[in-house]
Amino acid sequence: MARPDMCQMKTGNAVAESENIVAETAEKIFSDLADAQTINRDQKGDWKAPLWQALAEAGLPLSWVPEDCDGSGASLAEGFSVLSAAGRFAIAVPLAETMLAGWLLSQSKIASPLGVMTIAPTSPKDRIAQNADGTLSGRARGVPFAKDAKHIAVLAHGAGGLAIALVEAAKCRIEPGLNLASDGSDTVTFNNVSPVAIKPAPKGFDQTSLMLMGAVVRSLQIAGALESMLDVSVRYSNERVAFEKKISKFQAVQHNLARLAGETAAAMTAASSAADTIANATGFDDAVFLEATSAKIRCAEAAEKGAAIAHQVHGAIGYTLEHILHRYSMRALAWRDDFGPESYWAVELGKRVAARGADELWPLVASR
Amino acid sequence: MTAALRFDPIRLPPECEKLRKEVRSFLADEIAAGTFDPHSPQRGDNDVPGFSRRVGERGWIGMTWPKKYGGHERSFLERYVVTEEMRVANAPTRRFFVADRQSGPVLLKYAPEHIKMDILPRICRGEVCFSIGMSEPNSGSDLFAAKTKATKTDGGWLINGTKIWTSSAQVANYMLAIFRTSPPTRENRRHGLTQFLVDMKTPGIKVNPIRQLTGKSEFNEVVFQDAFVADDHMLGEIDGAWKQATSELAYERSGPERFLETYYVLTELVRALGEEPDNRGAEGIGRLVAQLHTMRRMSVSVAGMLHAGKEPVVEASIVKDIGTIWEQQLPQRVRDLAAFVEPDASNHEILDTVLPYAMKVAPKLTIQGGTTEVLRGIIARGLGLR
Repeated sequence: MARPDMCQMKTGNAVAESENIVAETAEKIFSDLADAQTINRDQKGDWKAPLWQALAEAGLPLSWVPEDCDGSGASLAEGFSVLSAAGRFAIAVPLAETMLAGWLLSQSKIASPLGVMTIAPTSPKDRIAQNADGTLSGRARGVPFAKDAKHIAVLAHGAGGLAIALVEAAKCRIEPGLNLASDGSDTVTFNNVSPVAIKPAPKGFDQTSLMLMGAVVRSLQIAGALESMLDVSVRYSNERVAFEKKISKFQAVQHNLARLAGETAAAMTAASSAADTIANATGFDDAVFLEATSAKIRCAEAAEKGAAIAHQVHGAIGYTLEHILHRYSMRALAWRDDFGPESYWAVELGKRVAARGADELWPLVASR
Repeated sequence: MTAALRFDPIRLPPECEKLRKEVRSFLADEIAAGTFDPHSPQRGDNDVPGFSRRVGERGWIGMTWPKKYGGHERSFLERYVVTEEMRVANAPTRRFFVADRQSGPVLLKYAPEHIKMDILPRICRGEVCFSIGMSEPNSGSDLFAAKTKATKTDGGWLINGTKIWTSSAQVANYMLAIFRTSPPTRENRRHGLTQFLVDMKTPGIKVNPIRQLTGKSEFNEVVFQDAFVADDHMLGEIDGAWKQATSELAYERSGPERFLETYYVLTELVRALGEEPDNRGAEGIGRLVAQLHTMRRMSVSVAGMLHAGKEPVVEASIVKDIGTIWEQQLPQRVRDLAAFVEPDASNHEILDTVLPYAMKVAPKLTIQGGTTEVLRGIIARGLGLR
């Protein structure tokens, strides 16, 4: 089994304190340069460049790249805490994608270049082939921010097994698309593309490993977005007056918000538990599979229920472009689709559980 | 953030896994000896001879209590493992579970020393059963509307009134109850109730079984007519039971029993769908397992926070809200997913016998021990909405 922390990273347990420092750095940058109101008013997207520059100067996009691969060498746990914060701010620059790309490249000790990166494939069904001449062919759909990326980290299937490659985005055909939140979600076609670098993937590392890691990243972001949806919804209900009282005083509204809190709590728990599992695992084993798939399934379900409640509490104002709610709600819903939607993972998890047999289900659940 | 929800990714420590093996092997022996049938959740639980005593002998009742009182000074997380293994095996724990979960801890905190020395070791040995006297005919969720009166008399109190929906009262040795000792005040309608320990053999107590829609009579009406309770059986502050009641709730509301009550139908669904289910069956199983895993992680997280001395009342209410709704919907979901099982196959025989019972149990799950509505009120208060 390949270690998720292949490039000699710190493991999860020992970093409680520094985890906070990395996450606090990220939070500080997000509060200063990614305030939801400010971004929402900025029609031209002028906020993007200063935000990315600050993140890059702090070394955050290459958090998961070890120092000997030109990164900042943060632990998996530290990086995960950055992504929780990114979810809370519904960050719409390719931070998570560049971090994942750096992590993927590091699995085969390929050094990460500076600048924006993304990953391909991001769907379990897409396959990129490594041709006999070393070039890459195939199509990856729904690749986040491919249009903005300078490089793409690719997992390719060759005759001799899996390979990890670094590719210049300019060499690929990129058809732009948008996800629900109007962030880039593009189709990338590789037509005999020569990679900048390509190396065999470590033993045991397969496309499922990449999908599970991506699923946990998106789960953390969804959970973070739900935290903010709960926050803005509670605040709004304490301000908005209807029928001569604050709407937070209506029991129907209180119970809706209590349910939103429950969904948020479930998402936070599932995502942080899965992140903690990967950060401390020695490979993509059964435990990681259960935790990561459960996180994606449960966070996606929470996104659906939670976004509906947050919008219901806000009424018409939450449906406007002017209000910030859509920044969180649409992203939480969009993130469900990346690295395998919840129904895909539910089928995969269900098949594994069935294959183990009825009496092995409880031991599996109890093992976590 | 407005809501300071916290669910740390707490893992059960290694000593728990050793304990888990011991519990599983104990339960396997009991099943082999015919003490109980794990596939028969519908049987009556109250009179399984000797089981409670044998659990007590293993040191699995009062696990967290001081040794002085017969306890074992083990961790709250170790107790968690015992509880969940017993629940999943459908073990007959009814006789000691209430005392272990909530009555014992209340006595530990509020009872005078000689009562603790008398009763707690007997709980730990599995010899005594407790019931909880909260609801009354006209006050269920509205706990503080309770009217059953305790009137001061020489050396104690005279109890008059009726408690209702009291589980296990027909076999219980004791009841922990709240009675009215003063009228509520204008400023605080929760004022005026006091907690008492009642010996169920006291003259003037009559237990009338109530038949439930399952056909069983697990809960009762308990009528008090000048039943005498001695002064030293009053627990904690007079008129101040409301303060005592709320801090215990996190223990009562977040345990594995709050989402595993109908777990057996999920096991049987997996058995019925076989090793290679179609996509519909697989997706259904996958979602249910993901939901179950998430709830258990939330519940373990709360257990870990309790272990660390915190009082996660809001988080515990969230676990019970989500957990009880899940275990309530589970039989319906299983019915749905099992609809296309081959009728002549033999691997759904157990499911066929347990599913109707789970359906009948389902409606009570979001009512007992704090209704969904009450829980959401507590969560809303935690969010700063009231």
